Amino acid sequence: MTDIALALGAIDKRYGATAALTGASLTVRRGTLHAVLGENGAGKTTLMRIAFGMQRPDAGTIDIDGARVTLSASADAMALGLGMVHQHFTLVPAMTAAENIALGGHGLFSAREAAVRVTQLAEASGLPVDASARAGTLGIGAQQRVEILKALAGNARTLILDEPTAVLTPLEAEELFSWLRRFVSDGGTAVLITHKLNEVLALADDVTVLRRGRTVLSAPAAQLDVGALVRALTGDDEGVEELAPRATRASGTVVARLDAAEVRDGRGLVRVHPATVEIRSGEIVGVAGVEGSGVSELLRLLAGRRMATRGDVYLPEHVGFVPEDRLRDAVIEEFTLTENLALQAASQRRGMMPWAALRERAERVMRAHDVRAPSAAAVTGELSGGNQQKFVLGRELDAQPQLVVAENPVRGLDIRASAHVLVELSAAAAAGGAVVIYSSDLDDVLPIADRMLVMFAGRLSEVPVSRDAVARAMVGAL
Amino acid sequence: MPAAFTDFLQASVRTATPLALAAYGELVVERAGVINLGLEGAIIAGAFGALVGAGAGGIGAGFALAMVAGCAASLIVALVVLWLRADAIIAGTAVTMFALGLTGTLYRALYGSQGAALSVPTIPSMPVPGLASIPLFGRALFEQPGVTYVLYVLGIGLWWWMSRTHAGLALRATGERPAAAFAAGISPMRVQALALLFGGAMGGLAGGVLVLAQVGTFAEGMSAGRGFIAIAIVVLGRWSAPGVAAAALLFGAASQLQYVFQSLGWPVPYQLFLALPYVLTLLVLAGTQRRAVSPAWLGKPLDDDAR
Amino acid sequence: MQRLGSRWGISALTLAVVAGAVLLILRVGGYETARALHALWDGAFGSAYAILSATLVRATPLLFVGLAVGLAFRAGVLNIGAEGQLLAGATAAVSMGLAIGGWPRLVALPLVLVAGALAGAGWAGIAAWLRRRFGVLEVISTLMLNFVAAYGVSYAVRGPLQEPTHIYPQTVELSQAVRLPALFAGHRLHLGYAIALVLAVGLWWFLARTAAGFRVRAVGAGAAAARSAGGIDAARTAMWVFVVSGALAGLGGASEATGVTYALYEGISPGYGYSAIAVALLGRLHPLAIIGTSLLFGALEAGAASMQRDANVPSVLAAVVEALVVLGVLALDRARRARKG
Repeated sequence: MTDIALALGAIDKRYGATAALTGASLTVRRGTLHAVLGENGAGKTTLMRIAFGMQRPDAGTIDIDGARVTLSASADAMALGLGMVHQHFTLVPAMTAAENIALGGHGLFSAREAAVRVTQLAEASGLPVDASARAGTLGIGAQQRVEILKALAGNARTLILDEPTAVLTPLEAEELFSWLRRFVSDGGTAVLITHKLNEVLALADDVTVLRRGRTVLSAPAAQLDVGALVRALTGDDEGVEELAPRATRASGTVVARLDAAEVRDGRGLVRVHPATVEIRSGEIVGVAGVEGSGVSELLRLLAGRRMATRGDVYLPEHVGFVPEDRLRDAVIEEFTLTENLALQAASQRRGMMPWAALRERAERVMRAHDVRAPSAAAVTGELSGGNQQKFVLGRELDAQPQLVVAENPVRGLDIRASAHVLVELSAAAAAGGAVVIYSSDLDDVLPIADRMLVMFAGRLSEVPVSRDAVARAMVGAL
Repeated sequence: MPAAFTDFLQASVRTATPLALAAYGELVVERAGVINLGLEGAIIAGAFGALVGAGAGGIGAGFALAMVAGCAASLIVALVVLWLRADAIIAGTAVTMFALGLTGTLYRALYGSQGAALSVPTIPSMPVPGLASIPLFGRALFEQPGVTYVLYVLGIGLWWWMSRTHAGLALRATGERPAAAFAAGISPMRVQALALLFGGAMGGLAGGVLVLAQVGTFAEGMSAGRGFIAIAIVVLGRWSAPGVAAAALLFGAASQLQYVFQSLGWPVPYQLFLALPYVLTLLVLAGTQRRAVSPAWLGKPLDDDAR
Repeated sequence: MQRLGSRWGISALTLAVVAGAVLLILRVGGYETARALHALWDGAFGSAYAILSATLVRATPLLFVGLAVGLAFRAGVLNIGAEGQLLAGATAAVSMGLAIGGWPRLVALPLVLVAGALAGAGWAGIAAWLRRRFGVLEVISTLMLNFVAAYGVSYAVRGPLQEPTHIYPQTVELSQAVRLPALFAGHRLHLGYAIALVLAVGLWWFLARTAAGFRVRAVGAGAAAARSAGGIDAARTAMWVFVVSGALAGLGGASEATGVTYALYEGISPGYGYSAIAVALLGRLHPLAIIGTSLLFGALEAGAASMQRDANVPSVLAAVVEALVVLGVLALDRARRARKG
């Protein structure tokens, strides 16, 4: 019997032109709690989905309990003793906890018997759960316990947990940690995917760090400290220099302000805790934060595309917005560039559409912003992502708004297009506008930002413009 | 008076039978998360299949071919929606149009010259000894064509299957949260495809009932919107098997009100009663809080990475 | 297979496939293919009568309703109820026409047509309201309303509007003052077609040139972007389009009643509302192209009648062709998008 519960070697995975994983590896010793650490987009979730059979790698090997395996579906992984607790709960809200745990079985089903079995299992494993309650009515912590029980009910000896504390309160997170420690000391193996440093240092026996799809660090936790982890996470060892502190620009007038503005989602959960911040003309404000930290809601609040549930929001009349999902929110694929340009302020137009003028304006925007396309009559969907983005940015900037909010404007773009977008945004600020820019890659934002705002678990804080400070704030290691 | 009530009820059950069969099919499909507007097409295809089958091989063959034809119609919907990932609403509508047109064409082509009334034998009423003698309800429920008893068994069977088997659990999970089903090792695509085939077979059977248990012949467009009424029945029945049975009976009774009014001597235009099921459908759809009780993922396409 | 470049490629390919399917059906059905096709052509374009009294006359309601459906679909509203809206329009037109038949034509005829348009708009308005207020799928509601409208007509022509002898389920004929004049002496082609052509051009101009038309197109092509980038109220826009679509269909019904039938009876529409879906889809929802596709389907139906007479091919084959067109456009469009994405 081998010592290694799960081993992934030289895993490659591409999605179209993007390489999600390149030669990534992971070695999990049995009976340990192994943390897999990385920023957004580093590839941690992809790697574990491959380990669990939900996706196939383009290259590489998977060994479970020392035996080389090929997984064609998650059922295969489950049969070999793996269990996964997903980041976005895969429970059926309308069904009871017992039904959710029983899902995927065969033959006859008795709700009563299932409930009894689940209650017994819950007690035996120390995860209290009301078996007959509908999953949708359970609190987040309870839902997660159901997810774990589901894995245990399938006889999982190795549990993979994907960002389990992302939606838990600190108290619930503590309860989970105690349970995990017990589980591991009883002989189980756990793999914890996380971006939170404090968790790693508090819980893990071993740590693997992923960055841009590669494994950059793999060592026992005892040998590591916060500094080492931060360096591995953000890549300081690649030789990118620390930024010199910026000279503050002469502060211009306030163009936008949030006053204890709060955002709740459809279920009433707080996505952005009351936030207060001022944005001034001529400055570039960088925003950082992992998925689910409330960045998306904050950006839309500032762009005027989302209302605050409490507090006050003061915005200029025109706010340019470059959303992350370009093809859904920013442009209409089948429209020409001219038509997409015309979308702006479309609701206010009256009478005829000045197509000739709009076409000229579109051509001007194309020239000014280096949009490569046959003409202004080109169908937007046929342009490359980079050119589409340059056009969207050009459109928003052309109206000379006092504030521009950009959400991950360079994601998926090649180096040239990326650089161009960032140069544009800088220029807009230099010309007197205000720019708020979020990027999941700090290297995009840090060189140009005058200020940095960081979102962590829905709370807004402002930190100095340095990679170290921002990285710590993003993972809660203030 | 009691005799008249029993007659009314008996006629209601008879009218409700094809509606309930189609509705049970649609119930399974919608519990899997798909709205099948091609159900009307399955019914008319089934009606035509019943005609052809009965003419070639008798009543048994008629029902069998009816189910096959209905299944084929829904197979097209399944292919277009699940494989080509087209919009279910448009695909279903197109299949219905196609089935209506094709059956009309084929009918004229194969039988048209023989004159309007080509008739096939219909199945007789089969009283259940003992049960048929129950006062007031006996004759209504238990003196019906044999296929109605199949309906009763089907209704109970469906209710049992959906709540007491893992397969039923898998079906329900697919319609509520396909990603959860997928994570549990179920293939939502496969579940929806099988559900559509079953739904089509039931629709076809309903069409067969129209021909072989009621009218005795085929007429173009004889499905007369029953496929859409069945969808309303599923809504009114709140996506449960017993609910669907009750709702179907209600619609069947609504169609029979016409005769009640006539016998009472109230001069209400008969078109009002013919229109009643459709108006009722609208009222039901408007009045029911769909969101609250419908399968949560109904009508939404499957995720690309969780099919 | 090459990438199907433009939207018209889809139309052309669909036609080719459907034509092939029709030929197949003819062969398998044992019909004399050459004779059938000859009859088809003759019936559609073979003579002045064919063109002016058959094809274009049948194309008229198809153009009205095709525009109605095309406009609705363009805004993302799946209006399958053009049939019912057409019937509502015809009924209102005939009612009005019988009531004011003695008035001078210059006043009466426009009023009658307006009545038809308003009735169609109102009929569609029911479904639009159900969609806005209760979230009822317009596909189902408009379809249900089709049936209700048909029964409404049945009631009307056997009841309040029935001709005085009460023998036939139809109204009396409309007086000259409320009839659409013929465009060419001795042929049945009437002013309605001219009106429809003008409307088609007007609709094209509206969609292509006006701000309101642009908003309609944006909502139909990408509601999320229209809202986020354009600040457009998608729900309100859709509702307006729905009602106007109904008005166009209602006008089509009025045109048919005052230009061809001069009376109301059951079956006044042999499914124009459903054919319109094929007409609109094949024309890729473009008003000018719909002029062409309505002509094509008008020719098909005129020729089909002739095909049945001369070669015994059931005329309802036209319905099969229409449905195949819808399926074809749908499938090919999907396939093209899947390959691109």
